[in-house]
Amino acid sequence: MPINPNLPISFSPTHRLQWEEAQQRDVILYPEGMVELNHSSAEILKACDGTRTLAQIISDLHKKFNTSGLENDITHFLEIALQNGWIKQP
Amino acid sequence: MAGLNNPNITPPRWLLAELTYKCPLQCPYCSNPLNYAAHSHEISTEDWKRVLTQARKIGAVQLGLSGGEPLTRQDLEEIVSHARQLGYYSNLITSGYGLTEERIMALKTAGLDHIQVSIQASSADLSDHLAGTKSFEHKKQVAHLVKKHGYPMVLCVVIHRENIHQMADILAMAEELGADYLELANTQYYGWAHVNRNALLPTKEQFAAAENIAQAFKEKVAGKMKIYYVVPDFYEDRPKACMNGWGTTFLTIAPDGVALPCHSARELPGLDCPNVNDFSIEEIWKESKAFNFFRGFEWMQEPCRSCDEKAKDFGGCRCQAYLLSGDMNATDPVCSKSTQRHLIDEAISVARDSALSADEKPLIFRNNKNSRLGQ
Repeated sequence: MPINPNLPISFSPTHRLQWEEAQQRDVILYPEGMVELNHSSAEILKACDGTRTLAQIISDLHKKFNTSGLENDITHFLEIALQNGWIKQP
Repeated sequence: MAGLNNPNITPPRWLLAELTYKCPLQCPYCSNPLNYAAHSHEISTEDWKRVLTQARKIGAVQLGLSGGEPLTRQDLEEIVSHARQLGYYSNLITSGYGLTEERIMALKTAGLDHIQVSIQASSADLSDHLAGTKSFEHKKQVAHLVKKHGYPMVLCVVIHRENIHQMADILAMAEELGADYLELANTQYYGWAHVNRNALLPTKEQFAAAENIAQAFKEKVAGKMKIYYVVPDFYEDRPKACMNGWGTTFLTIAPDGVALPCHSARELPGLDCPNVNDFSIEEIWKESKAFNFFRGFEWMQEPCRSCDEKAKDFGGCRCQAYLLSGDMNATDPVCSKSTQRHLIDEAISVARDSALSADEKPLIFRNNKNSRLGQ
């Protein structure tokens, strides 16, 4: 599902993102299910705080990790996240 | 002590807390043991808190609060609150019966993440008949209230021969109630469902028709409602990967504190399932005879032992092997490679004859009287 570039992205209120000490990774929890995340996926989802648009999230992550060129990867991951209901747009 | 240093033991992810065997409903496919009435002792609030703490420490993160009917436990809010503090994702698995708006709010405050409401059928008459209690309209109200208070709402409908013809109406009901998830659970034939199998097992034609309807619906509601379809394994030619492998993922604690590798494992002989009042969860998970019994592949007989699919389905379900063949080490008879597949085919055939006969035997409802008779 395409991300609307003009709207902010927030993490789903009916899912929970949390660090799992036993697994040493972040996970998404939802009714009777769990998705284990790698480090970069978790960082992208944490940036979905309901105030930032896609372009701002990309720019902030580039800055945070002192890198560039992640536009396609981040956009692609967020499209999947939206399809799975992990994130939402108003 | 064999398991203590065994690196092959994975941490549990799922803790199913069966808080009680008490239930106001009498569903004839209940997964509780037939003789549940003989296990009426319930462990205390403090016991449950200790169990939650210990299981969380070794990795459990999904918590199912089930039963019986978990709402009959007056300390449910306290248990939920403790679970939330520990970081569990807590799932209340309820009939909805007796659930008030006040309690829905109190559970939310305590930190409950989600409520799964079960409805027995799409019509009041049939739903009330199957539940053995007038409850249909009340359950629908509860489903609305669950949504109103911001929980993800999972609607669970157990599918069998009495209601499978309602599939289209069941799906419409889920849509009308605004379910976020719909669990279409084809009956698994353990516990009470095993006893009632001849009356509950649909014919292959009925399965195929219902599955087509559900599949079309799934595509229609994609992105809005997620469908969990629990497969009817009698009509498959490979067994289910039961419990994702014995002692790998799931830990069930029964109302009296007995720890079970699966919620039906009480039916298996000689496991000596440990009690949480005698051992810690870590000892139970790693060291107990019961949890190590079917771990790995060493226990397997042929054709499983040399099968290239054994890491995929782990030989299927131990309870099903035991209930149908009398040998809990046997290949799940669902498998077409099993020399005992005829047991499944005969069960299908007997149920089919029963469906077509004029004098079908009545359902045996799950209640204290029938539980004591069955012992």
